[in-house]
Amino acid sequence: MGFDQYHEPPEELPAETRTFARLCASLTEEAEAIGWYEQRLAVEPNPLARAVMANAEAEEFKHFSMDLEFLLRQKPEWREIARGILFQEGDIVEHGEEAEEAVLEDPSAGDPTRGHGGALGIGSLRGRRQ
Amino acid sequence: MSGNHLLRGHAPISDAGWALIDEEARERLGVALAARRLVDFAGPHGWDHSATNLGRTEPIASAPCDGVTALRRRVLPVAEVRATFTLSREELRAGDRGAADVDLEALDRAARQLAIAENKAVFHGWPEAGIQGVTEASPHPEVPRGADFNDYPRPVAKAVELLLQCGVGGPYGLALGTDDYTGVIETAEHGGYPLFDHLRQILDGPIVWSPGVRGAVVLSQRGGDFLFDSGQDVAVGFDSADADAVRLYLEESFTFRVATPEAAVALAPPA
Repeated sequence: MGFDQYHEPPEELPAETRTFARLCASLTEEAEAIGWYEQRLAVEPNPLARAVMANAEAEEFKHFSMDLEFLLRQKPEWREIARGILFQEGDIVEHGEEAEEAVLEDPSAGDPTRGHGGALGIGSLRGRRQ
Repeated sequence: MSGNHLLRGHAPISDAGWALIDEEARERLGVALAARRLVDFAGPHGWDHSATNLGRTEPIASAPCDGVTALRRRVLPVAEVRATFTLSREELRAGDRGAADVDLEALDRAARQLAIAENKAVFHGWPEAGIQGVTEASPHPEVPRGADFNDYPRPVAKAVELLLQCGVGGPYGLALGTDDYTGVIETAEHGGYPLFDHLRQILDGPIVWSPGVRGAVVLSQRGGDFLFDSGQDVAVGFDSADADAVRLYLEESFTFRVATPEAAVALAPPA
């Protein structure tokens, strides 16, 4: 098996960077698989075969999303930029520029210990010791 | 979205200073924000979240033209709550040097006031902000408690029975105002059995120290009855600074709704 997800000598990389790189590779593979299924579905006439492949593609959607969430949890700045872009109505490029600018102005904006929007991250206290 | 409106990047405070302030605020608020231990919490939805959807409408007297009818959606606007405080820059510099006793008393007071405001709004309402509280909404009569805390299980059991009679299941939580809390934890019943443990057996749910609550409140913990909707969760922002001091604030925005008024009973202290 190859180790070409590493751009630098693996033995010089810390364990968390190797994990991060593995998940980046996995994310890429899931995105490629989604692209392949889209192409196959575009040309396959057999309805049963299409149903099977559509089901398989949905699995890739799930895998891609899980990979992405893992990676975003490792990189607060990435997470904050993604928060400004994903699931928003309107102009994607405009949201991207705004999200990037917000993080540049306040680099700790995505710090998970600060919670959403620079807050203290207190949230619900149900079940917590007083 | 981001917390830029807090202007933290403009404050003359080091990263270590911010970490110290945030941790102190988090710790103090975590103890005093009683309502969040007992009601459903949704969000935070962010500073730009302005209202909670109520799913209800009200008529509009006239329509733009004949042949159509019109309704206006009703929403509950979020309320912004802010508690300002001032810290000595010399104290913050001492913290940067590793001092373990930095004076953050002003922050502690502000945190307590913010927590009391939130607890009061949830349990006793805030009409000016359009918030009806848990005890205001409850159709049950207040259950009086006597002056003797040895008798405290009786009104708590009565409250639980009232809830059961109208089909509100448990477990049940108990929000204790500060006087009631002190009375409860100081009391050992006959045989030395702590009152606190006896109450927990009756309730099968949390007993919470609740500054700002008058008397006490028994409320169901089954979920879906009391809804706290957070816009901006509590955050520390920067206001202004001079050579000696930095003026900061704790701020949050929220709404609160009671979905099931009959799911709570107030316990009234002696007059």
